[in-house]
Amino acid sequence: MQNLRYEAPETLADATALLSAEDGVARILAGGTDVIVQMHSDLIEPDLIVDVKNIPELTEIAKEGGAYRFGAAVSGKTLMLHEDFNKTWPGIMDGVQLLGSLQVRGRASVGGNLCNASPAADSVPPMIAAGAVASVIGPNGARDIPVEDIVTGPGRTCLEKGEIVVSFLLPERPPRSGDAYLRFTPRTEMDIAVVGAGVNLTLDGGGACTAARVALGAVAPTPLLVAEAADALIGTKVDDAAMEALAAAARAACNPIDDKRGTIEFRTKVAGVLARRAAAIALERAGAN
Amino acid sequence: MGMKPSPYATKIPYEEKDNKVVGGRPDPKNRSDAIDKVTGRARYAADYNLPGQLIGKVLRSPHAHAVIKSIDTSEAEKLPGVKAVVTRDDFPDMEVEHAASGELMVNFRDVTRNMMAREKALYDGHPVAAVAALSESIAKEAMKLIKVDYEVLPHVIDVRDAMKDDAPLLHEDLFTKGAGIEPDPSKKSNIATRMESKLGDIEEGFEQADFIVEHESNTKAAHQGYIEPQASVANFTEGGTIEVYTGTQGHHVFRAQIAKLLKMDISNIKVVPAELGGGFGGKNNVYLEPLAAQLSRKANRPVKMVMTRDEVFRATGPTSGTNCKVKMGCTRDGRITAAQAELNYQAGAFPGSSLPLASITVFTRYDLENVLVVGHDVVCNRPKVAAYRAPGAPMIAFAVETAIDDLARQCGMDPIDFRLRNAAKQGTQTHFGPPLGQIGYIETLEAAKASPHMKEPLGPNQGRGIASGFWFTIGNDTSATINITEDGTASLIFGTVDVTGGMRSAFAMIVAEELGIPFEKVRTQVGDTSALGFNFMTAGSRGTAAGSMAVVKATRDAIHRACEIAARKWEVETDQVVWENGHARPASANVGDFEPMSLAQLCREATWFGGTIAGHAEINVAMGGPGFGTHLVDVEVDRQTGLVKVLRYSIFQDAGKAVYPAFIEGQFQGGAVQGIGMALNEEYIYSDKGTLENPGFLDYRVPVASDVPMIDTHIVEVPNPDHPYGVRGIGEVPIIPPLAAISNAIYDAAGVRLLDHPMSPPKVLKALDEAAPAEAAE
Repeated sequence: MQNLRYEAPETLADATALLSAEDGVARILAGGTDVIVQMHSDLIEPDLIVDVKNIPELTEIAKEGGAYRFGAAVSGKTLMLHEDFNKTWPGIMDGVQLLGSLQVRGRASVGGNLCNASPAADSVPPMIAAGAVASVIGPNGARDIPVEDIVTGPGRTCLEKGEIVVSFLLPERPPRSGDAYLRFTPRTEMDIAVVGAGVNLTLDGGGACTAARVALGAVAPTPLLVAEAADALIGTKVDDAAMEALAAAARAACNPIDDKRGTIEFRTKVAGVLARRAAAIALERAGAN
Repeated sequence: MGMKPSPYATKIPYEEKDNKVVGGRPDPKNRSDAIDKVTGRARYAADYNLPGQLIGKVLRSPHAHAVIKSIDTSEAEKLPGVKAVVTRDDFPDMEVEHAASGELMVNFRDVTRNMMAREKALYDGHPVAAVAALSESIAKEAMKLIKVDYEVLPHVIDVRDAMKDDAPLLHEDLFTKGAGIEPDPSKKSNIATRMESKLGDIEEGFEQADFIVEHESNTKAAHQGYIEPQASVANFTEGGTIEVYTGTQGHHVFRAQIAKLLKMDISNIKVVPAELGGGFGGKNNVYLEPLAAQLSRKANRPVKMVMTRDEVFRATGPTSGTNCKVKMGCTRDGRITAAQAELNYQAGAFPGSSLPLASITVFTRYDLENVLVVGHDVVCNRPKVAAYRAPGAPMIAFAVETAIDDLARQCGMDPIDFRLRNAAKQGTQTHFGPPLGQIGYIETLEAAKASPHMKEPLGPNQGRGIASGFWFTIGNDTSATINITEDGTASLIFGTVDVTGGMRSAFAMIVAEELGIPFEKVRTQVGDTSALGFNFMTAGSRGTAAGSMAVVKATRDAIHRACEIAARKWEVETDQVVWENGHARPASANVGDFEPMSLAQLCREATWFGGTIAGHAEINVAMGGPGFGTHLVDVEVDRQTGLVKVLRYSIFQDAGKAVYPAFIEGQFQGGAVQGIGMALNEEYIYSDKGTLENPGFLDYRVPVASDVPMIDTHIVEVPNPDHPYGVRGIGEVPIIPPLAAISNAIYDAAGVRLLDHPMSPPKVLKALDEAAPAEAAE
């Protein structure tokens, strides 16, 4: 680490060029709340740091038609201060508000949280549940990737050398929609999810669920989109039977490990509990819209 | 324990009087350490920098247990920027020699092996070499170039496994010593010591019992969790002296240990204690200091070393993990007839756990006739344990106070009434030695019983738990000097390191009270080893209790000097002058009609009448003034996730007499929070390779502020008869009850008895599922 190089390009082209040209270990720095910590604890020894916070596309929040797009390096705190975004996507904000501490959220971004590729990242399950799509740019051009496809394993993503997640596009929100995210941690904050569950659903005028997405964190090598769990809700009035079917599907989707943070048995059981509880909150939020 | 009572030890009888300053609540912003801490001006050890200093780093064993066949440092030494490398070859071997280091004893043969491995690496994180270089990154590069040839051996982590006959042995020369072992064992063992103490006839006691409860508890090692990692700057001069700036709870003890380890005269070493960012017993031991000093000697430059959090967890002492077995019996009407305990305590890599202290506390809250306590001190492949706030007591209290709860239930008695029925009081014979003096245990129980907390209604899945704790107050060597400055204000230098942050203010209050000057006119500071006579560690709850004895003596010495100046001016005898309300006055009208003289006036006259006003004390304070506390806690159990939420928490503790009540309340709260953290989540987790899995605050889960409610505190005051202000040690008792109190509250809430620490959500959920499988399947 004695020859660490730091660059802060102002355009996407410069950023991808720097990353593509580096032969050693390169890391993208947004808030730095993972990268700097990993450097301090000797987990990584990068040769090049590319700070992307000076690139406008990565730091903007904008509406495209009725849909939100926000930059991958937008800090959690900036999102928290955006009133309409909070109203539209409270479930995503449930996750964002759990990132680190208040101080950490002043720097940490959803893009960084995703690209760090931890199965336990708190903003990722609600982003998957929301149907967020990442806009990626690299030496071979731009591509769009659904958020659930980005992480391929602990610490691994599908991004190729030189590629950067630029922003996230969220779908336009139909009426009577609600989302929610809950995680289980032994502590109230400053902790890492033992299990996370994000639920996003839309109701029709009669209270029946017309669309749903359910995502789980920390119960498999990657965050999971669980179609079976969503199917358990769609077409129902999200009653007790549907909730129990949701919990069962969530449990069935789990493929966790026993580790210092929790046992297989515990994670599986609590995934069902949290999916139910998150669905109940999402339902309430949908009803209020 | 180095605490044999001396007939020459100092006691000063309690003086009942109305105090003007002591016992008050000065404006918090006048707390002596507060402003510097909140503005960032306070200098912790890592804030010291010396011209030309190098950065030192420690290479640590990645193995739990391995023979170190060879260490090749030649490539590292060749790296540009590397100025010195030290290994086991740079330190003299030590003979077996025991010394007190805080509440625990150390053996220099082991101390030198713990700071730098010799024959074997005995735990993950054990130092094997240290490097000093121009920068941290060069030092880290150099560490990669050091070749250590290890022969990895089977390891043992758990205390029960380590006690087995076929366990891997850590030490080739360890045979169990201690009580009840005849003949001397011929087989090597990891059990270093067996202890035994008894009272009455245990078998007869159990025969009298109508109800018998047996509990076996297991606790994991827990770390002190101080925020400030260990840091030291050492400067070895060509003249053969060393200056060390370090974070320590006892700079004089550290000085003596450095001298021993480096074979130097004590007087050639100066240790400057930095502001301390938490110690809790964990800064009673040298780790970096001798390494930094030896690197400095080799490099001819100052060397600074700062541990990472990872190093703090892997290599500085946690408390013992334990296995405890308790059996207690009582009559139908709630009188305890027999109490038996077996304590199996991890010592870490070298003998010397907190067992001797823990075994004193086992049943010492109760007036018992028949007691048997057996303990084993057991080595295993973990960092050597260090003292941690009432070392060893929370773990055995976990087993005993939960057994008490179950006995009370079997008798159909309220748990407070059951304790009152059996409570220790003045004259109660302990199972380990002397009868108890004047104590305030019953008063804490009565305060708990009468508290508003007891009347708070509980909702579904909520429960209330109670538990009590006992800890002693050690005395030992203590020195202080007070200088009255030319303007009549006071400057106190003391040597019991202010580990709590409140000691400086407490001492200022006592000096102000004694001198009769305002609290704001007293400045108090910790002096380095060159400023004062020897001071033992701030440990064993002695900081304020013992420290203030020296402060009182030194201040009274200065007052005597002030009276002497007045007497000389008035041309009377010194004993014809008294000190009242900050003034020297004639003792009576017969002495003469002299205008009383203030301290400032006397200072102006001091030069002519003999010299500056000052006072000092170098005393061995008598041990005494044990403390008792009772905790009440309400919890709510989430039956679907096993999460235990602490809803309400109240502490009732005898503080003797409170000098600085706000500081005592902070100690009560801090101790309880550490106990709550330990109870619910904190634990050392080892992989099957014997490496520590959670060496950081992310996965070693100390509570954050939002995890605990505001803790109510109730100071009970039963004065310590052997202290002029009635002070008892208060810092350690508050960490003892929480484990048991929370287990009792969970039982009350959910009907499951948790004896496996920590009571983390997976364990609670499992216990709930096992208790009610049908309900859990919903």
